[in-house]
Amino acid sequence: MSRIDEAFADGPAFIPYLAVGDPDYESSKAYVEALARGGADVIELGLPFSEPVAEGPTIQGAVTRALDAGMTPDRYFEFVEELDVDVPLVCMTYYNLIYQYGSEEGPRPFVERAAEAGIEGFVVPDLPAEEADPLREACDDHGLDLVFIVAPTTEGERLERIMAQVSGYVYVQARLGVTGARDDVSGQTDEALARLEAWDVPKAVGFGIKTGEHAERIVAGGADGIIVGSALVDIVAAGHETDRPVDEVATDLEAKARELAEGAAAGYEQRVPEPEHT
Amino acid sequence: MSTSKFGEYGGQYVPEALMPAVEELADAYERYVRGNEDGFMDEFRRRLRDFGGRPTPLQHAEQLSARYDSEVYLKREDLLHGGAHKLNNALGQVLLAKYMGKERIVAETGAGQHGTATAMAAAHLGMPCEVYMGERDINRQRPNVFRMRLNGTEVNPVTVGRGTLKEAINETMRDWATNVEDTHYVIGSVVGPHPFPRMVRDFQSVISEEAREQVKEQAGGLPDSVVACAGGGSNTMGAFHEFVDDADVDLYAVEAGGSSLDVDEEAGVAPNSASLSTGDEGVLHGARTKLLQDTDGQVMESHSVSSGLDYAGVGPELAHLVDEERVTPVNVGDDAALEAFHRLSQEEGIIPALETAHAFAFAHEHPEQLGDVTVINVSGRGDKDLESVIEESAERDLAAAPDMDAFAGDGL
Ligand SMILES: Cc1ncc(COP(=O)(O)O)c(C=O)c1O
Repeated sequence: MSRIDEAFADGPAFIPYLAVGDPDYESSKAYVEALARGGADVIELGLPFSEPVAEGPTIQGAVTRALDAGMTPDRYFEFVEELDVDVPLVCMTYYNLIYQYGSEEGPRPFVERAAEAGIEGFVVPDLPAEEADPLREACDDHGLDLVFIVAPTTEGERLERIMAQVSGYVYVQARLGVTGARDDVSGQTDEALARLEAWDVPKAVGFGIKTGEHAERIVAGGADGIIVGSALVDIVAAGHETDRPVDEVATDLEAKARELAEGAAAGYEQRVPEPEHT
Repeated sequence: MSTSKFGEYGGQYVPEALMPAVEELADAYERYVRGNEDGFMDEFRRRLRDFGGRPTPLQHAEQLSARYDSEVYLKREDLLHGGAHKLNNALGQVLLAKYMGKERIVAETGAGQHGTATAMAAAHLGMPCEVYMGERDINRQRPNVFRMRLNGTEVNPVTVGRGTLKEAINETMRDWATNVEDTHYVIGSVVGPHPFPRMVRDFQSVISEEAREQVKEQAGGLPDSVVACAGGGSNTMGAFHEFVDDADVDLYAVEAGGSSLDVDEEAGVAPNSASLSTGDEGVLHGARTKLLQDTDGQVMESHSVSSGLDYAGVGPELAHLVDEERVTPVNVGDDAALEAFHRLSQEEGIIPALETAHAFAFAHEHPEQLGDVTVINVSGRGDKDLESVIEESAERDLAAAPDMDAFAGDGL
């Protein structure tokens, strides 16, 4: 069982996302560690790419700040090595950075370096299952998980293709479009979860989750985990814009993380227990 | 089914939300464009003729022929409706969207020429349309912004990054991902995920289809060379496609050398848009191709005096043909392109687009490479560029330019 599998083993997983290096290297470290203290079960660490096509304005802003402050793949791996957290870490980035890393062509050098730094898995939003074989093979060789996103439009054969490749968890995109915090929870989520019901892999729902109450509703509705990015990045961005001290922003992030983790736990309580198999 | 790759290049690197749309489009491309289902291609050809004004002439250019000691023929895509080759593709895609039952069109534009063509096609076919355009390009190409709005299209400014084509494509992809169920993205060049590079090439191949017949008739045989400017590479692929199997015809893709071929890795900026000449293999906007990037794989901001060439990537098929040594990538700088703009305007009575001027600048710098007969693709007309040409020329010491002070209003 991988460390990511373990994170889903007892109760719902709360999976926060932050862009590494936003707004700068040291603050970013404090922020990620605050999320761990707040109850993160897995953390998605974004490695900034110049063309974040799957992201909305919030995360795009984070990525731009991090790049302007000098974030690079090598700095990212150092960051991962220096982090003082005890939860599995997933690298969220775009394929060009994975493909270009190292002297050898292809994803292998990146995966090797990531494994060495302590990364346990990947989410690559612009790498569909059709193009993923080279990365999948490198991940298998290093025992890393490869998470795929399932969109509201993903059905039939495409779903099968993804399910044949996915490991760790499946990222259930709650609504069409790009990332960003919303004030409602999409009905597309329930449909997506129903479509995935038969699959034996943890289902983590993301895109638009903002509050503990959202988290509660989504987990009560059957999700095994929740992924939250923009609502946390908003806190980082507001702190940066108003020049607040790093420890104050970190405290806010920890509180927000706790709210979300507790919301998820409350949702789990409401779920009808599955009948014991004998 | 046609493959999604050209050698190692191409593919479909897009967010999962777009994959079903890309698959649906690949299916529609096979059926309607390649299979002429429901007479799609017949309707496309008819509309290109009646609405678009095809065929465009292949004009023998007398002054240039004398100057370069080569029989120079100009494929006049500037005479197509809208003033550029872009209508071939825009009309094809908007019509296809209609056949597919889509209800809304989005597009990106750099020079505004593709946006204009899409706005015209959308108005012609009765489809609502929104176009994303970088703020910097909006300022460089105001006439096209006016034209799009006059055609009923909404123009959405994109402010991130340097506000050029790359950012506009990102933004259009986001819109598409949000509204994928009823919206078609009319991509403006032979770039993006499969089937776009093939499909756009097919719509643009009408250029070389006509040119090949016309040059045989007028010059008595095939040309020795075909020259076209390359931004994303759609007029290039359109002008080359029917000549690719003619091994004796040299194909020159002219890129924007900008102000220099050097790059500033630290700043993440390339002062050129020469991805075929200087780029490395990578993944951008849905395809593996050659692109301007730093050693980490971050995509660089590009530069060209002409906004339609100002793009960090290039079509995957063109990248492949360059690797195969079938297409020769060359480049010319901003100054040479501006010189060529003025020269062609004065000597042939044709005011070319700044993009097109790059192709003429190459012919001027390397007449010996043209052979006895050459076809230069006039991808578009320069009306859209007048403001920026006047401004850019005034900053430079150009031999061919008229007195730029006179443009201020007095002394005319
Ligand atoms: C007149 C003209 N020529 C050339 C181009 C470059 O595009 P492509 O290389 O796709 O033909 C443009 C793009 O806007 C254009 O407007």
